[in-house]
Amino acid sequence: MKARVHVMLKNGVLDPQGEAVRHALGAMGFDQVEGVRQGKVIDLELADGATEADVTEMCEKLLANTVIERYEIELV
Amino acid sequence: MRAAVIVFPGSNCDRDLAVAFEQAGFQVDMVWHKDAALPEGIDIVGVPGGFSYGDYLRCGAIAAQSPICKAVVEHTQRGGYAVGICNGFQVLTETGILPGALLRNAGLKYICKTVGLKVETSDSAFTSGYNAGDVIGIPIAHHDGNYFADDATLAALKDQDRIAFTYAENPNGSVGDIAGILSENRRVLGMMPHPERAADQGHGGTDGVALFRALSGVFEAA
Repeated sequence: MKARVHVMLKNGVLDPQGEAVRHALGAMGFDQVEGVRQGKVIDLELADGATEADVTEMCEKLLANTVIERYEIELV
Repeated sequence: MRAAVIVFPGSNCDRDLAVAFEQAGFQVDMVWHKDAALPEGIDIVGVPGGFSYGDYLRCGAIAAQSPICKAVVEHTQRGGYAVGICNGFQVLTETGILPGALLRNAGLKYICKTVGLKVETSDSAFTSGYNAGDVIGIPIAHHDGNYFADDATLAALKDQDRIAFTYAENPNGSVGDIAGILSENRRVLGMMPHPERAADQGHGGTDGVALFRALSGVFEAA
């Protein structure tokens, strides 16, 4: 089984990297971009029998810092 | 008086921190991150600056899961003293010992310079050598020093007088200009600036000496 974890900064937490990308896109002429948020994608190769609950625990304990980040789990 | 300085792969201020403790009269044990226990009789744990585990995933995140950090958490839960500086502050927030998190600097740049630091409270073992309102010169050297906490946490920090230091001029976007905070029992300090790099005439400044000297006063008296 594979799982894909998306980690994003929570709404309201400043994302200076996303802002820098937005500025760059604007400077290149992509005027249609109103906001950019940058995150992480983490792919996990899991042994048989692993559950979504296991991945949730991994997210809570290590993969995301829930003070500033939210996560979504996609089982592939 | 004994201090333990934790050494992770990628720590680079561990020796500076040990020297600062020694100059204040502490006997220092360097403790490797794979050790599962602190040496017996440690009065204070120092978590040093650097780039533990290459800042992979998030600054301090992997270090916070190392065997020694479990022991550091238990030490603080027993009421033990600890100080985390720069990457050490990031590690302490990642373990949950201190609230909040350190984000990328708002200006996106790594900043290395001496800054003015305002002492917000002298009511702690770390800051009793200063007067509230003092502005001291201490170097910063970080890319991810932008302190963030939610409104409820910030209100609690303010109400409980747990903001130890603020920046005279905010270099990194940190909320409330916060540079360093205390735990609820005031025995754990996390700060981004480096007092151990302002602890010797050769450093170009000695404003950090009072922090280590105040600490030694606590344990000498005990």
